[in-house]
Amino acid sequence: MTAQTLHLDEYLITEEPYYEPVGDEIAIFEAAYGNRLPVLLKGPTGCGKTRFMEYMAWRLRRPLITVSCHDDLTASDLVGRYLVRGGETLWIDGPLAQAVRAGAICYLDEIVEARKDTMVVIHPLADDRRVLPIEKLGELVRAAPEFGLTVSYNPGYQSVLKDLKQSTRQRFVALDFDYPSADLEAAIVQKEGGLDAEMAGKLVRFAEMTRNLKGSGLEEGASTRLLVHAGKLIASGIGPVSACHGAIAQALTDDPEMLAAVEELSSSLF
Amino acid sequence: MSNGLQNERREQPNMRGEVVKQPLDKNELESILDRILEVEFTFRQTAEPAQRLAAMDRATQDYVLDWVGRVTSNHIELGYQYACYADKALHLLDREMVEAWALHAMDVYDRDGLRPALAVMHGLDDFLEDQHQRVSGSVLEEVNGVLSGFLHGLSGRRLKLEEGPHPYTDTEVLYLPPVMARLAGKHDNFLLYKSAIALLWAQTRYGTFRVLLDGALDPETASDELVALFHALETLRLEAHIARELPGLFRQMERLKAELEQPALSAPWRELRRRVQSPCTTAHDCLCLAEAHLGRIQPFPDRFYRAALKPVAVADCMAARLEREKARFKVSLKELEDEQREKQDREAKASRFEARLKRDDPEREAMEMEILLDGRPMKLPQFTNKLLNSILLDLGNLPEDYLEPAGPGDYDAKLLKDEEPDPEDVWSGTYHEEGAHLTDEWDFRRQHYRKGWCAVRERTLIPKDESFVRETLRKHSGVVKQLRKTFEALRDEDRLLRRQPDGEGIDFDALVEAISDAARGHEMTDRLFTRLHRSERNIAVAFLVDMSGSTKGWINEAEREALVLLCEALESLGDRYAIYGFSSFTRKRCELFPIKRFDERYSAEVKGRIAAVEPQDYTRMGFAIRRMDAILREVDARTRVLVTLSDGKPDDYDNYRGEFGIEDTRRALIEARRNGIHPYCITIDEQARDYLPHLYGPAAYTVVSEVRALPFKVSDIYRRLTT
Repeated sequence: MTAQTLHLDEYLITEEPYYEPVGDEIAIFEAAYGNRLPVLLKGPTGCGKTRFMEYMAWRLRRPLITVSCHDDLTASDLVGRYLVRGGETLWIDGPLAQAVRAGAICYLDEIVEARKDTMVVIHPLADDRRVLPIEKLGELVRAAPEFGLTVSYNPGYQSVLKDLKQSTRQRFVALDFDYPSADLEAAIVQKEGGLDAEMAGKLVRFAEMTRNLKGSGLEEGASTRLLVHAGKLIASGIGPVSACHGAIAQALTDDPEMLAAVEELSSSLF
Repeated sequence: MSNGLQNERREQPNMRGEVVKQPLDKNELESILDRILEVEFTFRQTAEPAQRLAAMDRATQDYVLDWVGRVTSNHIELGYQYACYADKALHLLDREMVEAWALHAMDVYDRDGLRPALAVMHGLDDFLEDQHQRVSGSVLEEVNGVLSGFLHGLSGRRLKLEEGPHPYTDTEVLYLPPVMARLAGKHDNFLLYKSAIALLWAQTRYGTFRVLLDGALDPETASDELVALFHALETLRLEAHIARELPGLFRQMERLKAELEQPALSAPWRELRRRVQSPCTTAHDCLCLAEAHLGRIQPFPDRFYRAALKPVAVADCMAARLEREKARFKVSLKELEDEQREKQDREAKASRFEARLKRDDPEREAMEMEILLDGRPMKLPQFTNKLLNSILLDLGNLPEDYLEPAGPGDYDAKLLKDEEPDPEDVWSGTYHEEGAHLTDEWDFRRQHYRKGWCAVRERTLIPKDESFVRETLRKHSGVVKQLRKTFEALRDEDRLLRRQPDGEGIDFDALVEAISDAARGHEMTDRLFTRLHRSERNIAVAFLVDMSGSTKGWINEAEREALVLLCEALESLGDRYAIYGFSSFTRKRCELFPIKRFDERYSAEVKGRIAAVEPQDYTRMGFAIRRMDAILREVDARTRVLVTLSDGKPDDYDNYRGEFGIEDTRRALIEARRNGIHPYCITIDEQARDYLPHLYGPAAYTVVSEVRALPFKVSDIYRRLTT
């Protein structure tokens, strides 16, 4: 049996990602990381959680291993598994085990989506023990001092069945993310989408309108990410109404009535 | 000519061999109308409508006669008027609109009685106004969803859309006429709605009604002329806001304005428009202008969207809201303060709230404020944020005294919570529908719903001694054991499946075998993996129990015993379930008795309530199914099941008898199915009746005559759903 680890250099972020701080989140994250505390990012989709992690990994010069959790993600997907090669078994470290050994930052996106058994491996990593039990190897891996654990979740569309358990959430330092304020968001859309200030401002206004619809037909309003998408389309010459239709309205809902309402809003605004 | 011969002449095949029905002549039409409208007793003159109908082709004649029948099922006079107007309506409107008009008249009849309904019928002339061409209008009911979405997307207080005689708002509800048919095209008529909504929204958003707050405009004493002039000036001011905020919509409005040939503004009005166009102009400025020009200038004709200003309606609504929101806001600040104090463990240090504008932007009236506690910005909970926005909309700023936190004890509880009227009170001698859930009911004669027809209330059952439960368990102890086993067999558990073609782990036993197989030259199996099978039961079941008078005797007894057995069995399964009883006495008194809600445990109290299930009045099944449908849809579950236990005869004191009740119940079951709910009907009776297949057509059903059989039926339902 041999263990195999990937080169972590690939996970190093060399160029500074564009990130506009909203509050004191950078200082808090740095303090938490320095004290080896795990961090929980809360907030709606597309408001910049992942970008924030990229930025922090760049700032702290650590490789960032991101795992997007889904409802079939098991503990062995995180920890590792045996493979068979030429009649021999071969152990492959999962992303979490790699990060633990190499002292990378591991970012588990949408943690509540993962299956319940994944919590078993996260819990001992998320308190002062900082160990990862690898049951199948009979090994207890001590985390490297630089290892950092961050998880994210979106409290918006969680059902009762998929809420984060108290025993889990009370291990983390929580950072609450929300869409940036209108001016800041406009600046982001302007920079990322490559638009003029007026159009960026209008896009942000449109986003506010869809956010007003949250809870009365839409599960979520338009995220900053969607605005950037629409902005990019507009910047390449697509009309604003069609850009909003393709990049925002269709992404938000399939319900024909809601779609029509969102279309009415965009055609009124532009 | 004999009847048979007549028919022969009528139904001759045409060139393509299809049978074409010949139009009915005037005499035949007259006799049909006489029959539908019961002329024998009512002495109506059917000659004239018959004359006009005679000119139509047969298909149209059949269509009109069908609708005359449907309308007449509500009231004969209404049907007669429909017969008189049908020809004109069909001439000017497309069928969809004619139907909307007739249905609207019937809705008004349901709600307000005959006279207003007749006004709708006679109002066809107004309805079409100066229309000379065939129009296809926009019907509010159809576009309500889209318009509500549009309205809620615009910022500000969440306004409701409701039907009213003409467009206006009281600052909480936005009223729109049921039909817009002023332009030929459907989309243009839709835009009329949209324009009206935008202007009314702008009234609430840009502070039109702030003139009422400081007494600048007294709604009681202000002359109509002044209000009209103020409204005209406000319209210009708000249109300028719309042009800035919603330029796309404004362009569409300009186009419609041109199409409807609105006379251009006169020179003095153009000058006034210039003066109110700036974003800094306030409603007070407009009011001053109106006072200054009163008697010197006439307001311009109504805009094409005809949004009106009703200060009287607004004043009451606004005063009540201001008081309510102030109290709620202060109380919620208090809660915030306490919360903060708890967190930071600060000892009784006086804290101070401040409000600060988020940004100072004269272009967009600065509506965003943040609240600071001891100099630090606070993140407000959604509820408080909504309150803050609503207050800012009304007042334009946040007065100092709003920032003093107050305990809930300082205010009348009525102000702090939307009142839930006690269902017992509501019924005591009164006849109103306040506080009830209104559900629609299907009228098969009308082939349409009667809107908000049933007033449904939830009432509590007073628990009885639970000895009944003990007794039942003792009596059926054998069954209970057997049931538990049946249900436990349904229970699914996490288990590791071996020798799978794919999975998350390797099945080493299988692998060793496979490798040795391969070494011996045999074919190697691909079933080498282990997979964790997860049990994720995600079912919510609601039981609806008939508590009508007809269950008196052994059926009621059977129902109660069955409920006890079911609860015992379901507890072992661990699924979510709820039990509700129902009974009715006319549409105004539809009652639902929660026995066990979804979030309740199977407690002694629930047991007591099961014991207290007693025969009450009648069986109006439709409302109960619709209400349960709504309750089930609020539960987050992958599979939702509705099981009704009844003696199978929908029936009520009013006209909910026979076909009406059967058709409405059937319809309610269809709706439930359409909403993704699995309806099952269990009829407790000794004999299966012949109407059951039709009644329960949309649902699976079964007839049981024995109590002990019932829970097993339910376990069958479970098995079918989960495997």
